[in-house]
Amino acid sequence: MTDPQRQGGWVILASWLLAYVLTVLPLPTLLEKARPEWVALILIYWCMAVPQRVGVGVGWLVGLGQDALQNSLLGQHALAYAVLAYLTLKLHQRIRIFPLWQQALTVMVLLLFTRLLLLLISGFTGQAPSGWQYWLAAFTGTLLWPAVFMFLRQCRQIFNVR
Amino acid sequence: MLFAAVSVVLMILDHRQQLAEPIQDALALAVYPIHAAVNLPFEFGEVVAEQATTRRALIEENARLKAQQAILEARLQRLDYLEREIIDLRALLQSSYQVTDSVLIAELMRVDLNPYSHLLQINKGTTSAVFVGQPVLDAKGIMGQIDEAGPLSSVVRLITDPSHAIPVQVNRNGIRGIAVGTGDLRSLELTNVPNNADIQEGDLLVSSGLGGRFPPGYPVGRVVSVDVDPGKPFARIKAVPAAELDRSRRVLLVRATNRQTEAAPPAAAGAAAR
Repeated sequence: MTDPQRQGGWVILASWLLAYVLTVLPLPTLLEKARPEWVALILIYWCMAVPQRVGVGVGWLVGLGQDALQNSLLGQHALAYAVLAYLTLKLHQRIRIFPLWQQALTVMVLLLFTRLLLLLISGFTGQAPSGWQYWLAAFTGTLLWPAVFMFLRQCRQIFNVR
Repeated sequence: MLFAAVSVVLMILDHRQQLAEPIQDALALAVYPIHAAVNLPFEFGEVVAEQATTRRALIEENARLKAQQAILEARLQRLDYLEREIIDLRALLQSSYQVTDSVLIAELMRVDLNPYSHLLQINKGTTSAVFVGQPVLDAKGIMGQIDEAGPLSSVVRLITDPSHAIPVQVNRNGIRGIAVGTGDLRSLELTNVPNNADIQEGDLLVSSGLGGRFPPGYPVGRVVSVDVDPGKPFARIKAVPAAELDRSRRVLLVRATNRQTEAAPPAAAGAAAR
């Protein structure tokens, strides 16, 4: 933190914790499948906003955390989020200057891709989930993106995360 | 690339063998505070609700419980007698019979795990001598088995999980079968039962104890539909789980006191193949 180039690391950390809590927070069964992937959303934001700090490695780590949290196959989310972080880093210059709705569309594509990757992995292990509800999470994530974006940008400006 | 390779290796380790277990245990411990934090408000709410119940409600509940206790005790009297008789009969047949199972009570933690597999988290772990493969019951029947035991909490795989199978028998006539989870909380499927097997709607399925993982004689489910198609070799038999998988708050962890199981490797029949 002494480095003037980087500060506010704890804000990023806190955002992960919040995302984890939201990930396991009990929801009614009806809404459970529509739960957006909070960790993915927040990962996209930080990759976009501070690409020099949050990247593939961080994505991998938080993914591993989510695997432990949800007791899913170890490394499943880690791989998916590492790829997600990579793609976001590739695109971040462009996404940044998009208007919000266009950003949301890009996020939707990214989220769908992540879901696809997760589906492939669970398919390999013979536990592929069935039903269209599987894709719902990506769409709720898209709908929530503007809110997430605004909120995290506020946080970033207030705490001057660099 | 490196990260991708590491994750693939991890996944293979985790899926094929239980080799990644130390890593998983460490991670489970690391994320425990998050689970606990999520669970806390619910627990708190429950305590408050308990504190706030009126005296009258308590008296009513007490009366109801006493009545229930009386009924159960009356039934137990006969059970003791029957148990004695079974032991004697088994002694005649020169086979052993294990009567008492010691139990440990655990509570569910209110957290949602992966919505596509049927897992629950409970608040007891290896520090309370919970072990992987331990059967989990509620008041009505078998719920599942311990899938992963962390130090402070463990994860239960329900019998309705698509990757879970439990050996059962029909209580009425002892026909054996294997009840496989379907991924639906209210449905089990009996696989590989021949078309002419005598199984009817309403039959109670109890655990058969084969495979050495689940204790014999606990209710598993009740048959709701028997669908015989003469063109197919096996009947399609559906059952609903006896346990209240989505409602129970307290669960019992059973430990067989005298395990006379030199029995088959548990993976053979009763194991959840992950």
